Amino acid sequence: MTKSRHRQGAFTGALGVPHVAGNGLLDRRALLSQGAALAGAMSVGAVGAATGAAAEPLANDAWSLAPGITIPPYGQPSRFEDKAVRTLTNPKLEPRGSAARTPHHLLNGTITPNGLHFVIARGGFPDIDPDKHKLMIHGRVRQPMTFTVEALLRYPMTSRVTFVECGGNSAPLYAKDPIQANVQALHGLVSCAEWTGVRLSTLFEEAGIDPEAKWFLAEGADAPTMHRSIPVSKAMDDAMIALYQNGERINPSNGYPMRLLVPGYEGNMNVKWLRRIKVVDGPIMAQNETMAYTILLPSGKAWQFFYPQEVKSFISHPSPGMSLKGPGFYEISGLSWSGNGRISKVEVSADGGKSWALAALQTPVLSKALTRFRMPWNWDGSPAVLLSRATDEAGNVQPSRTAFLAERGQPRASPPVTAFPMEHCNVISSWGVSAKGEVSNVYV
Amino acid sequence: MSMFEAPTFGARAAIAVALALHAVAAAAADAPHFGQPISPADVAAWDISVGPDGAGLPPGGGTPAQGAVVYAEKCAACHGDKGEGKTNARLVGGQITGGGPVVKTVGSYWPYATTLFDFTRRAMPWTAPKSLTNDEVYAVTAHILRLNGIIGDNDVIDAKTLPQVKMPNRDGFIPLFPGKH
Repeated sequence: MTKSRHRQGAFTGALGVPHVAGNGLLDRRALLSQGAALAGAMSVGAVGAATGAAAEPLANDAWSLAPGITIPPYGQPSRFEDKAVRTLTNPKLEPRGSAARTPHHLLNGTITPNGLHFVIARGGFPDIDPDKHKLMIHGRVRQPMTFTVEALLRYPMTSRVTFVECGGNSAPLYAKDPIQANVQALHGLVSCAEWTGVRLSTLFEEAGIDPEAKWFLAEGADAPTMHRSIPVSKAMDDAMIALYQNGERINPSNGYPMRLLVPGYEGNMNVKWLRRIKVVDGPIMAQNETMAYTILLPSGKAWQFFYPQEVKSFISHPSPGMSLKGPGFYEISGLSWSGNGRISKVEVSADGGKSWALAALQTPVLSKALTRFRMPWNWDGSPAVLLSRATDEAGNVQPSRTAFLAERGQPRASPPVTAFPMEHCNVISSWGVSAKGEVSNVYV
Repeated sequence: MSMFEAPTFGARAAIAVALALHAVAAAAADAPHFGQPISPADVAAWDISVGPDGAGLPPGGGTPAQGAVVYAEKCAACHGDKGEGKTNARLVGGQITGGGPVVKTVGSYWPYATTLFDFTRRAMPWTAPKSLTNDEVYAVTAHILRLNGIIGDNDVIDAKTLPQVKMPNRDGFIPLFPGKH
């Protein structure tokens, strides 16, 4: 038996981990509980076979031989991780909007660090003094009121883990030809955090909201004073005035000292730097719900008030721009989410969609939160096409690109990767793996 | 009245009122009430949203000619001399149907003229938002509508006329809420 045969199908079969779909996808249970022993055995076998006894003797490195560095008041990532940063579309703050994208190819787990959470802003971020900031609630209420930050901090709090996703995230997947860019560029406008704050319904009750009211508008304190119309039903369901992000006060670029959080809804509606809520008679027809965040269909009519971010997933490891280091065992993993509830399953294909297998879902699987999926894979070194397809608890299934285009219309061009030729694009992503192990964006 | 006799109606009412007041006071302290009342007269500086029916439009007005002056000084650098777009969005012309590229502008896509006033007043010019007077915002609104051929040269745009402007794509939208979701 040669080494290469030993490292591939032969030992897999010997350890009894079944191949569950084409091109080497392994049973997800190899990653779980007793299966972990199998996976561990596989790894040991592979390493042993690959390296033999050639390793050098161990020695103490410099950091083990002298005192380290003073612990700082606020910790930063290792200096060796300086590539794990957001990409910026407007680094000199020219007179236009700014986007900062999350580097999903360099992260794992499901929670986005606060400094890496995506941002879209029409201007820069405002430098708000919390002692001077107020939230006003007025309009169709019994008593118009203002709330200081200090006052809001006295209310009962609630916490939830939820994603926020820009309505324009993944728009590059709509381009006519596959755009060669990494997942930060393709899918970097979604992030996930634990948000803590005051239920909006609590404040509406205190102000005495008109029980017949159906709509409110939320507005920021930044220079463009962006606003959106939002159904009161969402306020009474799960909206909150968020004050904390992953345990610390909200990051300035994400809304300090407070933002509206409407879990699962289009990112633009989660108004940052929130200063005003007005209960109104009907939609206010803001620029961001007429000109922007509407979806023009082939008929010439446009969808408006498209709120939930629909079920989506993508594979982050491996993903475009990465290279596999030769045949053998890999964990395919990625992110899935739905604005309509929990993810119920994610299927993965390694053969361009001919066959599929269930991925393992990292628990806990939370409603309207990023959910990590994992799939063991024994790559045999031949070309492969990796896909993931998510389904949510409401039964919504992530559409193929073909099905999506049939409804939304054919793309007419391949605009720059930072453009937004489509909103709410949740097509299945397809990553091609060449015989050399290079990963690229492909259409199947 | 002996202690075994029922209280009179008046005494019963007094007890009931006292109990009720006590309950109200207790209930108030049982829940957080930290909002500060504000008079509707004091909200004007922030209450800048304009509805499609014109609710919220301030006094004042302007014409396309007046707006052209403001536009040249405050808007053209980013949006082009004739609203053709430059470093920022094109405002004039374009189309959303037919085989050519989709170009969404005020003229081809925006369903309500009130949105143009609202957005300009709150967010423009980018470097100094909320610096235009209401008359200037009305005038710039009139100029952009005129450049799109939606109003005439001498039309005055104000709180009465702006909501009456019929935008070309007024009926171009399908609301998904409530409904699909």
